[in-house]
Amino acid sequence: MKIMVALTGVVLCAGFMGLTGCGKSRENVTIAGSTAFQPFAEKLADQYMSTHPGVMITVQGGGSSMGIQSALSGAAEIGMADLVELPPEAASLKSLIVARDGIAVVVNPANKVSSLTYDQVRDVFSGKIKNWKDVGGSDYAIAVISREAGSGTRSSFEKILGGIKLAEDALVQDSNGTIRETVANDQNAIGYVSHGLINEKIKAVSVDGIECMEATIMKGEYRLVRPVFLMAKEGASPACQAFLEYVMSNEAQELLHQSGLIRAK
Amino acid sequence: MKFNGENIAKYALMTVAFSAVASLLLIAVFIFKEGLPFMMKVGLKDFLFASDWDPLAGKFGIYPMIVASLWVTFGAMLIGAPLGIAGAIFLNEFAPPMMMKIIKPTIELLAGIPSVVFGFLGVMVLAPWIRATLGGPGLSVLAASIILGIMVLPTVLSISIDAIASVPNSYREGALALGATRWQSVYMVTIKAARSGIIASIILAMGRALGETMAVIMVAGNTVKVPHAVTDPVRTLTANIALEMANATGMAREALFATGIVLFMVIMVLNGIALSAIKGKARKK
Repeated sequence: MKIMVALTGVVLCAGFMGLTGCGKSRENVTIAGSTAFQPFAEKLADQYMSTHPGVMITVQGGGSSMGIQSALSGAAEIGMADLVELPPEAASLKSLIVARDGIAVVVNPANKVSSLTYDQVRDVFSGKIKNWKDVGGSDYAIAVISREAGSGTRSSFEKILGGIKLAEDALVQDSNGTIRETVANDQNAIGYVSHGLINEKIKAVSVDGIECMEATIMKGEYRLVRPVFLMAKEGASPACQAFLEYVMSNEAQELLHQSGLIRAK
Repeated sequence: MKFNGENIAKYALMTVAFSAVASLLLIAVFIFKEGLPFMMKVGLKDFLFASDWDPLAGKFGIYPMIVASLWVTFGAMLIGAPLGIAGAIFLNEFAPPMMMKIIKPTIELLAGIPSVVFGFLGVMVLAPWIRATLGGPGLSVLAASIILGIMVLPTVLSISIDAIASVPNSYREGALALGATRWQSVYMVTIKAARSGIIASIILAMGRALGETMAVIMVAGNTVKVPHAVTDPVRTLTANIALEMANATGMAREALFATGIVLFMVIMVLNGIALSAIKGKARKK
């Protein structure tokens, strides 16, 4: 019995030493921010760690504004934000556009409307146009669906449309996924989601006659596009710099591209 | 030695008991510490009675959400309370004991279903049905009320059953001996004797409905606007906190804590009423 206890103790001690030793020899990089970019950052981190066993990368969510705050306060080495332009407090950070993401305006597949002008999109979401018949559809009230205040997708979308104030009777959903579900369920709904999330249950409308697809986003023809920023403090650790370099490498950009984002270059 | 052991057990148990109270206290202190300065800064009038909620533009009126929380809770009670109380009366007074043995555990099982499942049913089944038959966007006060009404049913039912079961049989026998029919003895004697317990069940259910978040976010539509019809979408206080928490910083974050204070106060008041109702019942016995 005593021997067992002693043995367990030895094993535990060894385990702890192993763990702490391991922690010391590996360099830690924490990334936090945009929940929209988080799954992509996790993929990048996984791939990077598989080729660089000495580095431990942790990816956290929290939202774009949280990403900027964490990078400023040092809570995370790298902040992620998907905003049209970074707020003034981020000026002291070194920022890098690592990808672009199109925002698709989506409707139910049963909806006759498949094309809107930029002005119509603006008027629908700001509540000036309230009926589908005013934009070439059937005589039904438009159900506008938006993200919650503070969402990076929403603030980018509103800014691209010229700083609109969202229609006050718009429904609010808290993720790209629930917006897609709601639009798929309601024939009269209109919403917006990340371009990578379009599927057969919803229909992306063309804006000013230009479809939301990779080619048009790359050429700069499609207007509803936002950049994804990674930000770090000046003089970040070498491990952090190396990861940022990797994100801009051809290999990482190709991974982002395959996952549904648009390459930065 | 024995005496010491007993003392140790006593103090250990006391520490455990106080830790529950302490955590409540800590939560209360934390919410108030984060939210009260904000309420002072913005002013109670501009916080509680203004209808503009736009945290990024510095507008923090939660009036539409207070109204929404009350509408949805009231609607849930309108559906859950009569069903629960009628069910409790039937199971106690009219149904054969076998039926009680089957139905009571079944309904209590309902309490164990996660709220996200109720929300999912609401989005997939109830909201499209409301949209097709009553118009509007489907996600609405009505959808939230129906879902919450079903969710609070186990609370109302099981507490009401206990309240009615605790009415002494001599009361019923007395009523029957005076020539009352069975139904007369139920509504003139039994329900009156169990009244405080039934009221407590309703108030506890109100607390549950007011505090429910996930299911409500999914089915209520989350529009910040004072509702004018039951088919209008609304955002409740709890939904507001959960929706915006992820992205809120600075004033917006403080506003969410202040929303928490309002919710906290309402629930404390409801619980206070429930406690005094239960005490009233104990006194009568």
